[in-house]
Formats: sequence, structure tokens, C-alpha cells
Amino acid sequence: MRNALLRKLVEHMERDPSLHLLTSDTGFHVFDDFPQRFGDRYINVGISEAGMISLAAGMAIEGKRVFCYGIVPFVTMRCFEQIRVDLAYPRLPVTVVGVGAGLTYGPAGVTHHAIEDIAIMAALPNMTVIAPGDPVEAESAVEALMTHPGPCYLRLGKTGEPVVHARGLANFEIGRAIRVREGEGVGIVSTGNLLPMAVSACDRLAERGRSPALLSMPTVKPFDAPALLGLANRCDVIATVEEHNLFGGLGSIAAGALADAGACVRLVRCGVPDEYAPDAASQECLQQRYGLTGEGIASRILATLGRKA
Amino acid sequence: MAANTIDIAAAIRKDVVCMHCKGTNVGSAMSCADILAVLYFDVLRLDRPDDPQRDRFVLSKGHAVSAVYSALSLKGFFPRGLLGSYLVDGSPLTGHPSRGSVPGIEVSCGSLGHGIAIAVGMARAAKLDGRAHRVFVLCGDGELQEGSVWEAAMMAARMGLDNLTVIVDANNLQGYGRSEDIQPIETFAPKFAAFRWGVREIDGHDHAQLRDALHAVPFTPGAPSAVIARTVKGKGVAEMEDELGWHYFSVPLAKLAPFVDELGNGDR
Repeated sequence: MRNALLRKLVEHMERDPSLHLLTSDTGFHVFDDFPQRFGDRYINVGISEAGMISLAAGMAIEGKRVFCYGIVPFVTMRCFEQIRVDLAYPRLPVTVVGVGAGLTYGPAGVTHHAIEDIAIMAALPNMTVIAPGDPVEAESAVEALMTHPGPCYLRLGKTGEPVVHARGLANFEIGRAIRVREGEGVGIVSTGNLLPMAVSACDRLAERGRSPALLSMPTVKPFDAPALLGLANRCDVIATVEEHNLFGGLGSIAAGALADAGACVRLVRCGVPDEYAPDAASQECLQQRYGLTGEGIASRILATLGRKA
Repeated sequence: MAANTIDIAAAIRKDVVCMHCKGTNVGSAMSCADILAVLYFDVLRLDRPDDPQRDRFVLSKGHAVSAVYSALSLKGFFPRGLLGSYLVDGSPLTGHPSRGSVPGIEVSCGSLGHGIAIAVGMARAAKLDGRAHRVFVLCGDGELQEGSVWEAAMMAARMGLDNLTVIVDANNLQGYGRSEDIQPIETFAPKFAAFRWGVREIDGHDHAQLRDALHAVPFTPGAPSAVIARTVKGKGVAEMEDELGWHYFSVPLAKLAPFVDELGNGDR
């Protein structure tokens, strides 16, 4: 996903002199050629995330479009109040890019995990929250953000994520869910880097005679409630999938939307339980532990269907 | 020749006292009235709030915004009558500045430690675009306890922002008492100098000193400037001066007339 970001940033920085990239001493070797290519429009501000966000705000006030890049906890939680007051409140066109979605940084430990970021960013009025599910969604999101009028939090994995949308995305739109698979009876709604796991869950369910529908929701906010409710009309069970705390993430938002609409559907929320990982564990290990695998998701859906029957 | 900034400062103080029949922080607004009078009526190149070439002003100590509203209305940027709506339900005049709420409010501030860093971004944008306008920031001395101030100080020096000036309204009183007791980081001037800023220390109520300093920026070519303005909280009304309580009190209606009278007399 990071490479998708880079491709789009380079493409637009080549032709848009108002576009700037700030980093807070992260992205080793990723931006090596930016100083030469873009001069002052790229700057490593140093280990100063709060300063970076305010700096971006000041530049945006003066007509610049700014991307701020960092590792999720540092570029969202360390400087949350700068994001709130300096970006969200005055609706400035600054995109905060966080790498290391969910448990990407696994064994590095909890300081580097990102299981609260969607909740806190989505709680900010005026803030758009996008968690792409694969590099194609990431690239489409960055493209769309080049003309987006307000602040955005863009939650990326890191590198090497599989491509789900192999044929590309023709009509990506911020705030619109993407129909990945058509189906009925079971609906899976996924945000962010677990999209490949959601696809795998669909395959497992298909092997067992089900025909699940899959919606990818790269935009968590504004939330595409009509897409979810449309799916709920065709399903007995809806499963939400996210590498994020079950408190405040996609599952919570979906539950609220379904309840608001009075939808009669069973909801299975797959995500990270409300805990900090106590040990050194890889992302794969933690995904296994929390049931955030194709098999884990499929099993929970089948169990719910079974209980329902 | 500029307007009589001493009269302007008195007018700001009178407005502030009247506005603070509601709300807190009257002492903080009084403390910076002279600074604002000299800035808005002598220093800032600011005739129209929508002029792209205008100098920018950022009130980082957002709790003193009543004094800025007064100055903006005296500039004619919005009707004087609007001041009476300060903190009234539905008014644009909030207790901390909100960008674009009225002409002349450039930046939303109110959480301390944000304004300087935002101003660094504004000054950097001006430099990158080769534009000549300048950015002035007013912050409090207690505010310098926020770590984000020093992140901004580092960045501004590194970026060579000699179009940026920070004025510290150093009244030595903050929420819970004397700043020098609560967090003795006094000696602001050497601290800014250590961050490679040009620094000058002045009496923040002496208009000649304010004019001299603010017209002399940048103090060091290629470096941002800091003016440490020594002030008295509540300046102008004897009962308020250097009294912490006026960080919190509203002006009782019974005291409004005497306070206004006091501001109208003497040589302030």
C-alpha cells in the first residue's frame, strides 16, 4: 500500500506545485529521491509529530495541499489534539497518512500497534477516515484525496499486501462501499488490511455451500449506511471484519447503523478484542489468535448461522 | 504617522471590560492590549482582511480573544456593535478564536501551544511562494511550558523563517499562580536564542519600545524573532492588576462603570 501511495504522490507532485509531503523522520529510504525531485515540497520535520500537524495546518491555510506521513500511533495519537484543533475544526485539506494499520508491526509491541485509530479519528467532526483494503484501493484513495476539500486520515498497511481488485477499480468514490462479491444470505463487510482475509472467508463459506456477498468499505467515515442496509436486506448474517478494537471501529459503526434502521439481521463483529497484546507476536500470530483469518471469520459466521437455525 | 496607539489601547481595554461582564480571562486580555494596539495600528500591514498581501496575526493565547475582537472592530473589519454579542448564544464571537468567524480571525486557537507551530507553516508557505508578508504570533508565558512550542521553535529556526515573529505576553501569571513558581523556566530570551532565534526583551506596555522592537524584526537575518514583552495581567484597572483572580472573574455590573471610568482617565 505504501508503494501505491508513493506512486500517486510522485505523479501528482510532478504536476501540482501546491502539493507537499511532510514526514516525521519515518519511511527510511522510502523518500530518498524526494528532496532532489521536489525540493522544499518534501521535508522531514524531525521527530515532532505535533509540530508536523500544526505546520501542515499553517501551510494549508495558505493554500497548500499537504500529506503528513508517519507510523499510525505517532501520527494520530501523539498529536491527536493538533489534528482535532488545527485540521478537523477548520476543515483544512491535510491528509494524515498512517502506516502500520492494526497489528502490522506485530512483534514491535503495543507501542507500534494501531487498534484505536479508526475510533478516535472517526470521532472527529469533518474528518474523513479511509482504510484501504488493498494497494488498488490505496491508490484510488490517494487519487481521490488530491481534490478532497477537507481533512482525511488514511490508514495504510505497509508493503507487500496482496491485490484483491486485480482488474482495477473504475468508480472509486470516497464514502462509497465497493461490491467485491455478489451473494445472499451472508454478507461480509470489511475495512482495511483484512480485505484478503474477508475474501478468503468468502471462499471457505462457498466451499460449504454458502454464497456470501462481500463489501469492502475503505471509507469508514462518511459511513456508507445505504450499502450496508442494502446488504442487510439480503442477508441473515452480516459479519464485519477489521484489524481494530471492537470498540469504536467498523463493527461498532455498522451496529449503530443497523440499529438505527431497525434492521433484522444477526451481526458478527470480527476484530481485535479490547486488550493489548501481552507478548511479542507477529501479525500472523495475532490474527490467528483473534480469529482474523479466512477460516476464523468463516467459522464464526457458520456458528452464528447454525445457532440461528 | 500611525494612529495614537495609546488611545487605541485604552479603547481596547474599555471594550474588553464591557465584554467581560460575561466569561473569564479578562486579565489576560487586558495584559496584551498595548501589544495589540501597536501591532494592529502601527506594525501589521493590514488594511483589508482579505488582502492576500496582508501580514498575518495568530493569537495563540486564544483566551485573550476579546481584545483581538475589539482591535478588529476598531480596524473597521466588522461593526462595533457586534462586540456586545461576545459569548451570547448564536454569536460568532466565541471565547477562543475560530478561523473565519469574523473577518480578521485567521486561525482557530484555544488549546495552548498550537499557534506558533501553525504560524511556522504559514510563514514557510509565504517563503516557498516568495511572498513578502509576515506572520506575527502572540502567545503567553505560561504557554511556553507546552512542549509543542519548542518543536515549533526548532522548525522555524531550521527553516530560516525571518518572516515570523513571536511576541510573548509575559505577565507571569497563569491558571494556578505565578508562572515562575509553577514551572520556573524563566529566562525565555536565552532559551529562544539557544534555538537560534533573534530575541529582544521589552516592557510590553511601553508603546515606544513595542514600536521599536516590532519594526526592527527580523532581529537576526535569516532567523525568526521573539519579543519577550514584560506585562502586567489586568493592566489598566488597579483592582485587576497582577491579580490571579481576574483570570477567572467576570466583571460585576456594579464595577463596570468605575472600571471604565478608570480606563478613561490618567495617562494609560
